[in-house]
Amino acid sequence: MQNPDAKKLVEIKDLNLTFNAGKSNATKAIDEISFDIYEGETFGLVGESGSGKTTIGRTILKLYDQDSGTITFDGQDLGQLKKQGMKDFRKQAQMIFQDPQASLNGRLRVEDIIGEGLDQVGYSKKRAEREAKVLELLKLVGLNKDHASRYPHEFSGGQKQRIGIARALAVQPKFIIADEPISALDVSVQAQVVNLLADLQKQNKLTYLFIAHDLAMVKYISDRIGVMHWGKLVELGTADEVYNHPLHPYTKSLLSAVPEPDPIVEKQRVIKPYDASFEKDGQERKMVEVEPGHFVLATPAEAEQYKAEQK
Amino acid sequence: MVAPILQVKDLRVDFNTYAGKIQAIRGVDFDLNAGETLAIVGESGSGKSVTTKTLLGLNAGNAELGEESQILYNGKNLAKLSEKEWEGYRGSEVAMVFQDPMTSLDPTMKIGNQIAEPIMKHHEVEKAEALAKALQLMKDVGIPNAEEHINDYPHQWSGGMRQRAVIAIALAADPKVLIADEPTTALDVTIQAQILQVLKKLQKKNNTAIIFITHDLGVVAGIADRVAVMYAGKIVETGLVNEVFYNPQHPYTWGLLGSMPSTKTESGTLQAIPGTPTDLLYPPKGDAFADRNVYGLAIDHEKQPPLFEVSPTHFAATWLLDDRAPKVTPPLEIQRRQAFWQTLENEGAK
Repeated sequence: MQNPDAKKLVEIKDLNLTFNAGKSNATKAIDEISFDIYEGETFGLVGESGSGKTTIGRTILKLYDQDSGTITFDGQDLGQLKKQGMKDFRKQAQMIFQDPQASLNGRLRVEDIIGEGLDQVGYSKKRAEREAKVLELLKLVGLNKDHASRYPHEFSGGQKQRIGIARALAVQPKFIIADEPISALDVSVQAQVVNLLADLQKQNKLTYLFIAHDLAMVKYISDRIGVMHWGKLVELGTADEVYNHPLHPYTKSLLSAVPEPDPIVEKQRVIKPYDASFEKDGQERKMVEVEPGHFVLATPAEAEQYKAEQK
Repeated sequence: MVAPILQVKDLRVDFNTYAGKIQAIRGVDFDLNAGETLAIVGESGSGKSVTTKTLLGLNAGNAELGEESQILYNGKNLAKLSEKEWEGYRGSEVAMVFQDPMTSLDPTMKIGNQIAEPIMKHHEVEKAEALAKALQLMKDVGIPNAEEHINDYPHQWSGGMRQRAVIAIALAADPKVLIADEPTTALDVTIQAQILQVLKKLQKKNNTAIIFITHDLGVVAGIADRVAVMYAGKIVETGLVNEVFYNPQHPYTWGLLGSMPSTKTESGTLQAIPGTPTDLLYPPKGDAFADRNVYGLAIDHEKQPPLFEVSPTHFAATWLLDDRAPKVTPPLEIQRRQAFWQTLENEGAK
């Protein structure tokens, strides 16, 4: 449950981003999105491909520049940061990528992949200290010192993802964006990595933004969840509220399609279709708090209707 | 009892590589009946995709089929076919739907023509007739306003629509067996659900037998009549879908069911399978899963377990089913499933 005293680590307010602005193929990737991520929680973002979830993650890390709106990290407006401030921010916010193969430099040994981050933040000029820190990080993610001198191609997908996690942790971040961190892994290994992320969160008081299309996995790992569609955040609430009492018709449709490993349930499954046309009817929709902490994007009339449907 | 349309016996496939001989398939047997769906489940490297490629004669040049291996299609052994003879089967008798709809379509060819091509090749009809059938197939797979889109190119379509087109091409020559290799893995859940419905509808209409390859147990639960779980080039458990999901016997099946969350899984309860998939360059002497098996016995490291019969339709290759094996308590999630199986059985007895 959400602790009311919890500190907001990331505050996103009225964020907008258009790709190819002014051209014929302009795409509104982020459309008036506001949400907060509290310290120590895992915030899950779900939605179909092209819904804008990855774009949000990258915009928070300033890999894209927003058209308007503000992102505040630990009380600081990221838009106001100068060079040194930006460097400090990059220490505190890290990313774990989807494809562990593509995100590791194949020509570097593991100790240098992880050590690069240490060098960047000026960890230590002494070789032995750097080595010791790398070993400590390897141990943290379940690898050992034999692995330090190897190259990425010598590892399995799950091990590579562990290296990616160790690299992200090297600079002792507060906040990690994990963008589809397990979708490239074997099923039997996915749970290992998810459990590792959960353990590391507890040990190091990390805050996660977890982006994935696997709805069951997002539910499993997240405290709160935001549902995205066509660049808009359509629903926001605790993982249990959103999954057990969905309000928005898109969320309902999405959840009705998640297959469960249970043949009898599957044979009775009814998929709720979603007609998105009403989203473009020109009416103004705002996030309405229907239940404490549970928001839905709606007109006042729709909000009443969604609320009534819950009863 | 009608004879199965496809019988695979002692399938073995090795790949000769610079590093040595990789034993990708190490003795696989299964039958496939007309109109049924057999799901093959397993992780990458388990041999599920190699199995299906072998059934289509599509393996790379360094693949070597076992001497004793048989692929009986309506009684005829396909294992010894020449490339020329394969052409008579591939597409017309046994067809395939691949994972990525973008790479399995020709980007420079109109979609209508791509569907008509196999019809012209296998049924030797004129183009106009083939195009008329292509249009019907587009409607069958649920492409809206098919008439307007028959001259579209693949890039104009979304991923879900492209996968419908791939299914239309696969079904164009009325195959008896359709092999679908992770056909919905690249798609969003809502689109995935639609594609599965299309496959089920067309299967019913044409009495097609489907081999469905996937790692997603949720999808398997919805589409399969029977399930085969593969690990390290062998089938470790096979049975009716309810038998495998509610009364699983192999610790690897337990591991798979316990390591994939459903939307109802409570946090902190996900049980990962330790270790990494087995290296088939050096397959172990005993059970390939032994090193990762928390329920492993000493004999697992010495001798490969045979398939033990659980029911006339349900088999599992684990020494735990041997009479001499100690009794083990499966994980909680599996106990819950087995308790449900018990109630199903009791209801059935009434």
